[in-house]
Amino acid sequence: MSDPVSALQGASYDGFAQLREIGPLGMITLRAKAGTPGLEAAVQAATGCAMPQMRRIVRQGPCAAGWMSPDELLLILPYADVAGALARIGEALQGQHHLAVDVSDARAVFRIEGAKADQVLRKLSPVDFDRLEPNELRRSRAAQVAAAFWAEEGGFTLVCFRSVAGYVMGLLSVSARPGAEL
Amino acid sequence: MSTRLKSGGRLIDRSAPLDFTFNGKRLRGCAGDTLASALLANDQMLLGRSFKYHRPRGLVASGAEEPNALVNLGQGARLEPNQRTTTTELFDGLEARSQNHWPSLDFDVGVVNNYAARLLPGGFYYKTFIHPRAAWKHFFEPIIRHSAGLGSAPKDRDADRYEQAYAFCDLLIVGGGVAGLQAALVAGRAGARVWLVEQTAHWGGRAPVDGDVVGGMPAADWVEAAVLELSAMDNVTLRLRCMAAGSYDHGYVLLDEKLADHTPGDGRPRHRLWRMRVGKILAATGAIERPLSFAGNDIPGVMLAGAVRDYAVNWAVSPGDRTVVVTNNDDAYRTAIVLKEAGLEVAAVIDARNIANGPLPERARALGIRVETGRAIARVKGGKRVEAVEICQQAGEGAASTTLSCDAVAMSGGWSPVVHLWSHCGGKLIWDESEAMFRPDATRPPLHADGTAMVLCAGAANGALRQAVADADAQVKIALQALGFEAESEEVPAHDVADESALEPVWIMPQGAGIALRSKMWLDFQNDVKVSDVQLAAREGYESVEHTKRYTTLGMATDQGKLSNINGLAVLADSLNAQIPQVGTTTFRPPYTPVPLGALAGEARGEIFQPLRKTPMHDWHQQNGAYFEPVGHWRRPYCFQRPGETPEQAVHREVKNTREALGLLDASTLGKIIVKGPDAGRFLDMLYTGVMSTLPIGKCRYGLMCNEQGFLSDDGVVARIDADTWLCHTTSGGADRIHAWMEDWLQCEWWDWQVFTANVTEQYAQVAVVGPNARKLLESLGGMDVSKEALPFMHWADGTLGGFACRVYRISFSGELSYEIAVPASQGAAFWALLHKAGAAFGAMPYGTEALHVMRAEKGFIMIGDETDGTIIPQDLGLDWAISKKKPDYLGKRGQERSFLANPDRWKLVGFETLDGSVIEDGAYIPEHGVNANNQRRVQGRVTSTYHSPTLGRGIAMGLLRQGPARMGEVVEFTRMDGGVTPARVVDPVFFDKDGEKQNV
Repeated sequence: MSDPVSALQGASYDGFAQLREIGPLGMITLRAKAGTPGLEAAVQAATGCAMPQMRRIVRQGPCAAGWMSPDELLLILPYADVAGALARIGEALQGQHHLAVDVSDARAVFRIEGAKADQVLRKLSPVDFDRLEPNELRRSRAAQVAAAFWAEEGGFTLVCFRSVAGYVMGLLSVSARPGAEL
Repeated sequence: MSTRLKSGGRLIDRSAPLDFTFNGKRLRGCAGDTLASALLANDQMLLGRSFKYHRPRGLVASGAEEPNALVNLGQGARLEPNQRTTTTELFDGLEARSQNHWPSLDFDVGVVNNYAARLLPGGFYYKTFIHPRAAWKHFFEPIIRHSAGLGSAPKDRDADRYEQAYAFCDLLIVGGGVAGLQAALVAGRAGARVWLVEQTAHWGGRAPVDGDVVGGMPAADWVEAAVLELSAMDNVTLRLRCMAAGSYDHGYVLLDEKLADHTPGDGRPRHRLWRMRVGKILAATGAIERPLSFAGNDIPGVMLAGAVRDYAVNWAVSPGDRTVVVTNNDDAYRTAIVLKEAGLEVAAVIDARNIANGPLPERARALGIRVETGRAIARVKGGKRVEAVEICQQAGEGAASTTLSCDAVAMSGGWSPVVHLWSHCGGKLIWDESEAMFRPDATRPPLHADGTAMVLCAGAANGALRQAVADADAQVKIALQALGFEAESEEVPAHDVADESALEPVWIMPQGAGIALRSKMWLDFQNDVKVSDVQLAAREGYESVEHTKRYTTLGMATDQGKLSNINGLAVLADSLNAQIPQVGTTTFRPPYTPVPLGALAGEARGEIFQPLRKTPMHDWHQQNGAYFEPVGHWRRPYCFQRPGETPEQAVHREVKNTREALGLLDASTLGKIIVKGPDAGRFLDMLYTGVMSTLPIGKCRYGLMCNEQGFLSDDGVVARIDADTWLCHTTSGGADRIHAWMEDWLQCEWWDWQVFTANVTEQYAQVAVVGPNARKLLESLGGMDVSKEALPFMHWADGTLGGFACRVYRISFSGELSYEIAVPASQGAAFWALLHKAGAAFGAMPYGTEALHVMRAEKGFIMIGDETDGTIIPQDLGLDWAISKKKPDYLGKRGQERSFLANPDRWKLVGFETLDGSVIEDGAYIPEHGVNANNQRRVQGRVTSTYHSPTLGRGIAMGLLRQGPARMGEVVEFTRMDGGVTPARVVDPVFFDKDGEKQNV
């Protein structure tokens, strides 16, 4: 086994906002209907997080649990902890209809930081950032591809599919070029 | 002559001179100038030629409505044609060239069209070029296309960059005049999220030019105070140089912000397209002055009265030393007064009305200006600029009584509200008799999603030509209330303007003008449409204003009828003996003024023109000679070229090497969807034509998916993972589509089935290790048993290889011994490198999609998109073995039972072997005798896949042939591009290793 490498191996760009690809990050797609017995325990066991409300993300140390749809959660955790977390989810949801899969490698994750970080995303996503609430996980798009993001720690964390990481890095860099502040 | 006045000019800074060129001539303007004002200050009256007759053209207007003064701006990678000089801010080093003339602006050959004007009436093109039919395409159109268009098309790649941005607000106020500013103040104070945009570089609009007094102070001071207050509000966004291009359903608005038009090359995006979603739009877009239709109203030096005033007050430029003002209203007297007070001569005010004794005319008279009532201009004399006007009775036929020498004419036919944003989404207009204009009908607004008015108009745009501030105040309060905001009850600033007496509609001047005069009265200056053209159209039966527009090209120029529309339809109404409101307007369509294509494309150019999907091994491919092809949004290596090789040679080498030794394929793009749940087996039995529920754990099965009509949609290998989990492989281009298809059925139709899916395509890098040496390579890596006994054909197993955790599928798309190995994507590049390193001893070479295609064709395997095209059912391809006869239902079953699809006469899959070993051309048909109902040659089949087989050393092909399988051995003929035919024998589509021994070792 070699060390896991992220799609862009930590590429970065400094414009009027600072961009960097982070990861690899552990991610699990957990699908189960709301109210499934053991679901809260599974999320707790995997991430230490409480169940997120609709369109929210709950953060707990290096872990997080995000609401993706009425029957889908995104669990974020250290890359190395995924196998263990999947096992704990399986235990907690034993006998319940659910699906938990490792999608860590299917994703690319970016940080957009700086006082004007929001302006980078305002150019790419049809989202009202003035109304984006704290801990709101927003599933939208970045120009032509799917993307999800939320605000935290003086910037935004953006998740997209791994195969389009280069495209998204290109989008973010062009949008953050000096002189193009909104 | 036109010149810069000694003093004045509220927008210019005389201490900051700017150099620019016009047709190579070095000229000087100053900061704050528009290109138009700077040209006029340099006595450059002649600026271009008209579209059809090549008549000399000069400035008519001072803003976005200008039809004439368009130039080629910049050069090379920054050349942009048809740029309006009136809206182009002057910058140092600006280069402008005039358009639509040859060989020069002053001497233009095309002007002969002018003398042949009688031969170029309305509808000329339609009448002349209709016969003979073929001549249009081959003769007329190329010539017309060549001579059409105004500016020159840019040939270089655009050096500038553009971007788009999304924004949201409660209230978007368009227009930064006093109406817009008052509305913004009220809305801002009420706490609404407000955007106020202004298309020019200055706040205030016309009020400061017209000497309005607002809130007890000169309009300019009030504007300054208002902007100051607004700038301090966090909830208000102010944008200058930002044009609202169009309003669309559900409060969607496009704005074009000019960021760097006036500072080219400063590194900023040139334009930014704002894509806004708003609660309400308040259109405070003002009004546009109408020209008067008199003979020679297009001669350079004839301008709108308001524009003459703008040039004098804003930029201290006089269009002429001696001006004649011609009007049907009181407002134009302001121009006479401004000119007189600037020390210029006003020869006379020619007023078509019989009485003019309002405060403004009286003030003009008091200044010693001669006022002639009941009079009209019979014709303007002059060629490249005005020399004199002949005066006659408005009520007469144009017999001139006096000639007044002058070098400028300021005309005013009244004002028309700018209702574009109101009308784009269906807002209706009513005809206002007293002002002779269309204004918004508040009872029939464009509607928002909730059924309330989406757009409100305010100020002059709402028809309140003189009480703009009060009207804006009232309108914004209506908007705020609808949005749920409470406006503070503050006193509305008084808006003092001189009283004006009623105008008198004048659509033709003089009223009884004969054909000679009417043939020189321009309605559409840019497109050369005259009063006589519209009258001719009416006589020829074009009663609809939309038809007349297209027949005469009235309003089809780049100004989109901003000046010509109302005058044109008034003339049409008169010709039809109809009322103006019955004739109506043409449709208002976005954009209000042209938006650069670059702004519409935004960031989507070059590397990020569209998303390019890359596998984890993409970089390796790029470094190793990959010749890429697009597959969906993926880029996959078509082949890996070695130095000196053509792609074709590379493909042949890859095929032979794979068949004889070892090939490695990056199969990561293959779709991978996990389907899990108590009802997953039942679900897959519905999706696939075969049975997946009975597939034993650890085994793989090939499956076909059809749409409801029965047509083949996707294929792939399904692996049973555990009791309630399956992994479905899809085609590379089909993963997202099939995942969405599954979710569609699960969410909308079988919502009570307990099934979850997850698209894990990108979680894994997948490598096909293919060829006689495949097992040897894997055994050399070690880690798991890949022997025939431990891992038979169509089985899968989890394990490790060379230290990589992986899942290995024994499946083959090439007919060779083959393993497809999935590892986590983050390990993909490393695993791929290891396979090459360890594989070198076994003759490993990477191969691309074309070798894959050739090898599957040699085996007679079908390819979605080659053998299928959305009209093919599995039975056409001889895939009956993959269709369960026992299942009561699957998606597509009903469709396949329809008579046409069950018809034994359908074209069916067979192989073809050319008699001479050549390769059948791509897309070739198999014709037969006779013609069909459309007089086309009848056909009985076509090729679907055709290749040179390096393995067999000859051409092989698959294709569809009527009753094909029953015609084995028959020789048919394929078409060729050169007109000949390629004879080929109908054979079995499996050309290589029919018994499948090689893949099963």
